[in-house]
Amino acid sequence: MTAAAATTPLVKARDIHKSFDHLEVLKGIDLDVMPGEVVVILGPSGSGKSTFLRCINHLEAINKGFIEVDGEQIGYRMRNGRLQKLTGNGIARQRRKIGMVFQQFNLYPHMTALENVIEAPIGVHGMNRRDATTEALELLDRVGLSDKAASYPRQLSGGQQQRVAIARALAIKPKLMLFDEPTSALDPELVGEVLTTMRDLARQGLTMIVVTHEIGFAREAADRVVFMDGGKIVEMGRPEEVMDNPRHPRTQAFLARFL
Amino acid sequence: MSGKPAIAPPSGGADPRDVVNAHAPFPIGRLILWAVTAVIVVDFGLIVARNENFGWPVVAAYFFDRTVLNGLSVSLGLTVVAMVIGTALGLVLAIARLSKDTLASSSASLFIWFFRGTPLLVQLIFWYNLSTLFPQISLAIPFGPTLASWETNAVITPVTAAIVGLALNEAAYMAEIIRGGLLSVDRGQAETAEAFGMTKGRALRRIIIPQAMRSIVPPTGNQLISMIKATSLVSVIAMADLLYSVQSIYNRTFEIIPMLLVAVLWYLLITSILNVGQSYIEAYYSRGERRDGAAAPLPAAQEASH
Ligand SMILES: Nc1ncnc2c1ncn2[C@@H]1O[C@H](COP(=O)(O)OP(=O)(O)O)[C@@H](O)[C@H]1O
Ligand SMILES: [Mg+2]
Repeated sequence: MTAAAATTPLVKARDIHKSFDHLEVLKGIDLDVMPGEVVVILGPSGSGKSTFLRCINHLEAINKGFIEVDGEQIGYRMRNGRLQKLTGNGIARQRRKIGMVFQQFNLYPHMTALENVIEAPIGVHGMNRRDATTEALELLDRVGLSDKAASYPRQLSGGQQQRVAIARALAIKPKLMLFDEPTSALDPELVGEVLTTMRDLARQGLTMIVVTHEIGFAREAADRVVFMDGGKIVEMGRPEEVMDNPRHPRTQAFLARFL
Repeated sequence: MSGKPAIAPPSGGADPRDVVNAHAPFPIGRLILWAVTAVIVVDFGLIVARNENFGWPVVAAYFFDRTVLNGLSVSLGLTVVAMVIGTALGLVLAIARLSKDTLASSSASLFIWFFRGTPLLVQLIFWYNLSTLFPQISLAIPFGPTLASWETNAVITPVTAAIVGLALNEAAYMAEIIRGGLLSVDRGQAETAEAFGMTKGRALRRIIIPQAMRSIVPPTGNQLISMIKATSLVSVIAMADLLYSVQSIYNRTFEIIPMLLVAVLWYLLITSILNVGQSYIEAYYSRGERRDGAAAPLPAAQEASH
């Protein structure tokens, strides 16, 4: 992707530190993501990947550093030269351009697939129901589920649920999509359909940060691979650099398990 | 077996192990139980219906009596108003109790502790006699000017005392029921709503409460039925509810049992209607629960796109 030629990063994370009680989980993360770029975060379990992703849309508040998305500092604003915490509604507004896909899908179980997809466009973005429905049906079609619009999540397979969840996140027309291990809760034979959907999105130029253990996806779809360990980024670069010639011993040890 | 195709043709029922040919054994045990139960029920019904001491003609004569119907409407009216106020206040208390704000959660706990911990009868008498404790009710800034003031006796009539007493007591119970319901919803749901930029209020209304309803509705049905019967307590503060009305009649006519039967039949009738309503509400809130359930009807836009 040539998007890296764009000048200003869409996501700018500087010196992110995050602790839970006395456990320091993120120990100074710096990461820029350019518009249209696909960044895959690899790393062992417990290295802080989910926490970092959740800091980007302020599901977790950081303790030090700052995060900007699309030029706006997440969770804060400048008032007369002083940094002020945003209120709940201010944070809610910032989240509206960030889509998120969860490991456990988290579809709303009392709503049909279609209702899941139109909920935020109507309720948060103020779209009218007819337009939202038309767009939602197109999105469901795009993830290959046009015939499941009226099904409830419990009537769908895991792979179908995750694709509805992707359609739901796309429905808010996000500038940035966050994926937290979107295929980890799926049976092996269902992983492929979700990865195909994500590969299409990457090709269409959506800016994505993807935490995954799918090495093949990282190799094919990523513009950049980030390897995290112990709350730090230990290595970062083009997929072939990081994955074929890992320099850091932790990266080498991690990747060796997938050979 | 080995010579058969993997999928047998629909007509080929040759294999005796094919479950298509299965039939249930004759349910002799269940039939006997049914018969015994039916005999007991009919027998009991006949005994009650034929017993002259029950005074069925009197029951029939007074069933739609004006005094009885007035009492019934008082009972129902009090139930509806107290339940609506109690549920609304209960929701606020439940949210307050779950909030991270210590002031909100401890005030809510204090309220619930007090109103659940004291007898409803005492609460009703207390509200009714408020004027002896506080002759005036005023809205004032402490050590500052009084903004408004009312005579307590003008504000607290038997009706308002009954409503306030029943509603506040109900709110304490509903708060705990609603809190339990809210806690039963997967934590990931609130987080997802948050991640999609919903405000807390909208997330509660659209995502959390509809899911919590599944565990809120059944105990609320219980509360509603208890409430209808609890309204009979208001007779102590001179409110003419259903029970009070039949009592006032049998105090004149001495037809104690028939008049109590009138009340009992009305209570049962209302309870039955509520049960039917409750099962519909429960079915509504468990949509999406069954894997084999029918999918929802598609909205008009779907048909149009075909
Ligand atoms: N809400 C939390 N409270 C306390 N500890 C947490 C919380 N969330 C994550 N952690 C801890 O932070 C560390 C990193 O977790 P996480 O970001 O989920 O790692 P990863 O996604 O890389 O597996 C783990 O040790 C985890 O136990
Ligand atoms: Mg994780």
